[in-house]
Amino acid sequence: MQLARVIGTVVATIKNEALEGRKLLIVQTLNKDLQPNGKPLVAIDAVGAGVGELVFWCRGKEASFPFKREDTPTDCTIIGIVDSDAHVTNGSTKTARQVMDDSR
Amino acid sequence: MILAKVVGNVVASQKNQRYDNARIMLCQQITPEGEETAYTVLALDSVDSGVGDTVLIVQEGWGASTAATGKPQAAIDSAIVGVVDRIDLA
Repeated sequence: MQLARVIGTVVATIKNEALEGRKLLIVQTLNKDLQPNGKPLVAIDAVGAGVGELVFWCRGKEASFPFKREDTPTDCTIIGIVDSDAHVTNGSTKTARQVMDDSR
Repeated sequence: MILAKVVGNVVASQKNQRYDNARIMLCQQITPEGEETAYTVLALDSVDSGVGDTVLIVQEGWGASTAATGKPQAAIDSAIVGVVDRIDLA
């Protein structure tokens, strides 16, 4: 599981049947200081997340477990919404938000 | 899932039998802004995509195999599962 920011949405009319009605969101994975890390991915939403929210996602076959697991083709599913940036403690005495503010 | 652009396809007469009647597409990963990245990958098509389409690729064996061949446990690690109409960025 990794932390990520929801940065956008994807619309796809033609898609696998099991993905009908599912929300497709673009997520940018973050490091412990909530800085972008790697390329953005497309995730299915299992918890009602929206653009701008801090979330965590699950990779691999396990990503299909919140849905009809045998049929749903996904390798990236949003399985939690972090309450706020300040709710991430990363071992430093500063919150991730303070680290971000300092780096500006 | 990753975003990718279909750039071509691959023909292979001799292949694993689970690949019979499958279309093997050559895809290049793109960013949400549409810029091409250095990563190219072969993916089985399950949604009648074509060259130039922006697509969603699942890279997990069970889901890719089920989507592309109808059954799990084929030697497949990537499948195209959607054709992207629109990307909205915040």
